[in-house]
Amino acid sequence: MLYENYIKVLYIDLTIERIHVELREDLKKYLGGVGVAAKLLEENLRPELDALDENQPIVFAIGVLSSIFPVITKTVAMFKSPLTAELGESYAGGRMAMTMQMAGYDAMVIIGKKKRLTYLSINSHDVSFMDARAFKSVKTNLIGRHIRDREPGAGKRSILRIGPAGENMVKYASVCVDTYRHFGRLGLGAVFGSKNLKAISITGEKSIPIQNLKGYLQAYRDIHTKATNTELMSKYHDLGTPVNVEPLNAAGALPTYNLKQARFESAEAISGESFAINNLVRKVACTGCPVGCIHIGQYRAEFDQGYEYESVSVGYDYELIFALGSFLGIDNPKDILRLIEAVEEVGMDAMSTGVCLGWATEAFERGIITENETIIPLSFGNAENYLIAINYLSEQELEFYKHLGGGVQKASEKYGGKEFAMSVAGNEMAGYHTGYGSLIGATVGARHSHLCNGGYSFDQSMKEFDKQKLVDALFDEEIERCMLNSLTICLFARKVYDRETILMALKSIGLEDVTNEDLTSISKEIYKTKLRIKKSLGFDLGKVQLPSRFFKTDSMNGILSEKIAYELIAMFNQKNEELLLT
Amino acid sequence: MIRMGKILKADGMNICIGCFSCMLVCASVNQKNHSITKSAIKIRTSGGIEGRFFSTVCLGCVEEIACAEACPSSALEPREGGGVIFRHDKCIGCRKCTKACIAGAVFFDEETKNPIICKHCGLCVKFCPHDCLRME
Repeated sequence: MLYENYIKVLYIDLTIERIHVELREDLKKYLGGVGVAAKLLEENLRPELDALDENQPIVFAIGVLSSIFPVITKTVAMFKSPLTAELGESYAGGRMAMTMQMAGYDAMVIIGKKKRLTYLSINSHDVSFMDARAFKSVKTNLIGRHIRDREPGAGKRSILRIGPAGENMVKYASVCVDTYRHFGRLGLGAVFGSKNLKAISITGEKSIPIQNLKGYLQAYRDIHTKATNTELMSKYHDLGTPVNVEPLNAAGALPTYNLKQARFESAEAISGESFAINNLVRKVACTGCPVGCIHIGQYRAEFDQGYEYESVSVGYDYELIFALGSFLGIDNPKDILRLIEAVEEVGMDAMSTGVCLGWATEAFERGIITENETIIPLSFGNAENYLIAINYLSEQELEFYKHLGGGVQKASEKYGGKEFAMSVAGNEMAGYHTGYGSLIGATVGARHSHLCNGGYSFDQSMKEFDKQKLVDALFDEEIERCMLNSLTICLFARKVYDRETILMALKSIGLEDVTNEDLTSISKEIYKTKLRIKKSLGFDLGKVQLPSRFFKTDSMNGILSEKIAYELIAMFNQKNEELLLT
Repeated sequence: MIRMGKILKADGMNICIGCFSCMLVCASVNQKNHSITKSAIKIRTSGGIEGRFFSTVCLGCVEEIACAEACPSSALEPREGGGVIFRHDKCIGCRKCTKACIAGAVFFDEETKNPIICKHCGLCVKFCPHDCLRME
């Protein structure tokens, strides 16, 4: 808690409808975020139980600098992932961090299960367990509207919610936060569903007097200037992350047609420029971020004869354009936006959904599965049938889609085609076929995300491939990001928040005792906690098997060698084991 | 430095991204508090983030100043250029000013029992990443 010597944790037990609050002085040194959440997960996790068992916890945490400095906008969620059955860790922006801070909590731990569908209303003075039975199967956009009508605090309120896919426990169901942000990856939405938790509304009006106004304002001004007046963030504001489509395609790193190739002939049509010129209608920001990277695209759809049109606004990003665009052979922004909207409404992770559908399409093409399984024919570029498949996935009623809702690895174990089921240690791949950095980075990353250590950027920046240098760089970055994520800094701002800047910000709020060395040691300890959790859940990096497609399709750095890949994984694993002994 | 006498105009809200930097800075500088509930400018959405952002802030009344007229203790004095200057020592916390402002731009701080009114210092303008806000 800001200006206090403790982390304030709100525990919520859904089964008995009770809360309690703990002031944890022992957690203060982790500064919040993933440091605090990892410790709370370790304490409350039941490794022996299924990820969707009601006794499993959901942990949320913000950082000590959250929402009082520019671009420190994230909240971390930690849980046992129903998709990978190991460490679940996901980040969302929006207004959640600000509202948690104003409600007066650094972290929340939610356990148990309500008998009937419920939503939680959390504010500075109370936690209420609200009846949500009537909201069964209501999609994420509509549930947001219903709760906005019922809960006070417009403008300083955050609403988390799941769609039908979360209720039906699709293993990669997401939690939508304030319409345009998500806890997307690794299935937090299914964990909500397993607890009959449809939504959480958070508001707060806590007063937090500033202790050192001069120092704080100076630090705020410096960081604000750095974030808005320099080139460090312009990429994210201008075209946004979709700026990557064309350069990655040109480099031969844009996963296309289920990674049968890494160049898409229609890349220009689905590029950041194309979206900006034809569809972009506005940009919005997470609370406390002057950059505003959330790009909203609009499309017009005719719903009847006689010039009857509806207009639909959808948030878009690079990863979504890859997963629901090039990966599925969708060659135009309108269809990509329609698919994004469909995935949003039912509440699923767009990347996992796209990759699962990519595998299903290729399996269908090869005759491994037929219309007996898929009900509708799947083919690359056919958006209409993908829209139907997305609904089948969210409904979880048809046999094939139940298996596909378990993730691409599980589905391929059942039906075959493992060699082109594009997941990395159980998590569907991200949009980078850049080389060993992206592939090994995601494999060794604690949550198997491209954001664990940014391996794809090493593929682009390293002049000469050197095994040890790459492993060391990935390892160091993985650990450094534990510190950035304990402060819940948006990773887009990682260049704004160098160590010197972080120490200046901490000093301005009375944490002048924290040193550069402390930040390093905190990062290592957090990473070790994550490794311990992974071990307790039975994860063994040495046993990861990667689909052979990764080694057959030309990457930006040529054909990757399977032998070298596993060698790099073993080298990284060795470093993990050595760290655990310290 | 903003010249005394100018007033804040929030007439560019169509291009607001909802970063709330204006609120954060206002609450920090004018109320020495991190909570945006203490800001004299309020940014809200209509219908969630899908909707447009709009602002509620003192419109800078010049001759007929309803909040000042309603104040029984002369705590709100007309300000050169428009709006009012709040005299903390004179305020008795009656809330009449909050009801008198037809724009709903006089807020009440339940903690200090004082109204929160924009003093047109212009700091929010400096931190707005777009041109939603300006001084006139």
